[in-house]
Amino acid sequence: MTAGLTGIGGFILHKLARLGRANLFLLRLLGALRFLFRRPGWLIKQLYAVGVLSLPIILVSGLFVGMVLGLQGYANLVEFGATSSLGTVVALSLIRELGPVLTALLYAGRAGSALTAEIGLMKATEQLASMQMMAVDPFQRVLAPRFLAGCLAVPILTGIFTAVGILGGYLVAVVQLGVDGGAFWAQMQAKVQLFADIGNGVLIKSAVFGILANWVALFEGYETLPTAEGVSLATTRTVVITSLAVLGWDFLLTALMFGVW
Amino acid sequence: MLPTPFSSPESSPAVAAVTVRGLSFQRGERLIFDRVDLDIPRGKVTAIMGPSGTGKTTLLQLISGQLRPDAGRIEVDGVCIHQLQRRELYRVRQRMGMLFQSGALFTDLSVFENVAFPLREHTRLPETLIRTLVLMKLEAVGLRGARELMPAQLSGGMARRVALARAIALDPQMILYDEPFAGQDPISMAVLVKLIRRLNDALGLTSVIVSHDVKETAAIADSLYLIFAGRVVEHGTPRELDCSASPWVDQFMHARPDGPMSFHYPAPPYATDLLAEIPA
Repeated sequence: MTAGLTGIGGFILHKLARLGRANLFLLRLLGALRFLFRRPGWLIKQLYAVGVLSLPIILVSGLFVGMVLGLQGYANLVEFGATSSLGTVVALSLIRELGPVLTALLYAGRAGSALTAEIGLMKATEQLASMQMMAVDPFQRVLAPRFLAGCLAVPILTGIFTAVGILGGYLVAVVQLGVDGGAFWAQMQAKVQLFADIGNGVLIKSAVFGILANWVALFEGYETLPTAEGVSLATTRTVVITSLAVLGWDFLLTALMFGVW
Repeated sequence: MLPTPFSSPESSPAVAAVTVRGLSFQRGERLIFDRVDLDIPRGKVTAIMGPSGTGKTTLLQLISGQLRPDAGRIEVDGVCIHQLQRRELYRVRQRMGMLFQSGALFTDLSVFENVAFPLREHTRLPETLIRTLVLMKLEAVGLRGARELMPAQLSGGMARRVALARAIALDPQMILYDEPFAGQDPISMAVLVKLIRRLNDALGLTSVIVSHDVKETAAIADSLYLIFAGRVVEHGTPRELDCSASPWVDQFMHARPDGPMSFHYPAPPYATDLLAEIPA
């Protein structure tokens, strides 16, 4: 009984300590961002690595998700003769939910795991320690550029995912299934609001998810046990924790945006 | 403000470059150092030797402020290194080079860029001067021709030499070498042995070598510390240690299998272990 309680207490303390370290890590990371003004080249290199190289998966996924939405929406709306609303359905689903959430999940799998593995291996091969021994702070030189690049990349990728998704929906609905193109775009234009939908969904949600995904990825990499198994575990944890955090925060943000709380 | 090491008024030959007093350090349950005292004189090559797993690398990490001791003081040029704030610690490290056991080269940068890295980070030298300095450092380690290669294309020994060129890029006043001879072929080993001594004498450096390669280390060290089981077992010049009557020193310096230093990690008796029942 006592051993069980001690075990539970130890587990909770361990998790709380880790959460505390993660918050201190984020504070130090934010403090290091100002050094990027002096070396914008570091940021651009990382933007290419996490943003441009994530484009193929974002484009292909966005297109297919939009096409599926078009098909599913059509199959349901056609029964009520409401296929003219298909543009609104596709756009709102993508802008409010699927765009930000799926982009963040795909980003965690493509770029987040790569960031964790890269930082973890840099730690395991003493590259971070050697940098510190050369009086170069890895937070400024390695972590901050990756963090800011990731935080900028996720909203941009979300915008691209959403736009390509809408195009996919259009291809299926209008080109393939014969829904009226004018109605598709006009309904979308009438119903989608700039601030309430695009602002909340594509901008705020994706910004929050971007911070979460990159914070988790870099922290897991930095805390990696310097072994092959440690790096592998950290990479897995990045994808799992980011996915759960994104889905949890998505619920919170959606509830806030609908004014439930 | 704390005085900056290597530039403080105490930076005279009389003051040891590194003074360690009453150092204790523990990793988990294991006591790595137990009230260790040692002095590293300025301008000399000091070797810290001992069998694998005695915490030699840990000692370098403590001296360079990467780890903090549980008890005791580590002074670098009269300044307590583990009490410095990060900014002051980094200022000290600009005058301190460290050669890591693995080389620890940046895998995304070429050999040239690896050596240029500290110069680009800490100086605003023009590109032509950086190129000249990098080529000089690479020439010193015999790898000027390998400057375009990536670290993945280098052998272990070559990577260590590039790391040495990088460690001396900023002309430090003290260099910490972590197992510099491990994995080197005989030619590289001989060159490295000479190079360490030559760099020390020509640049007036203080060198600390952590190693268990007795012959090579003893050939260039001015003084040796022998560490075992968390304590300094003996210290003196290589000649003094070679003639020492201490059974510890005799076993280590002459590579004898039997002696007070056990080859085996602590374990129950062999027969008992073999005959023990496998727990269900």
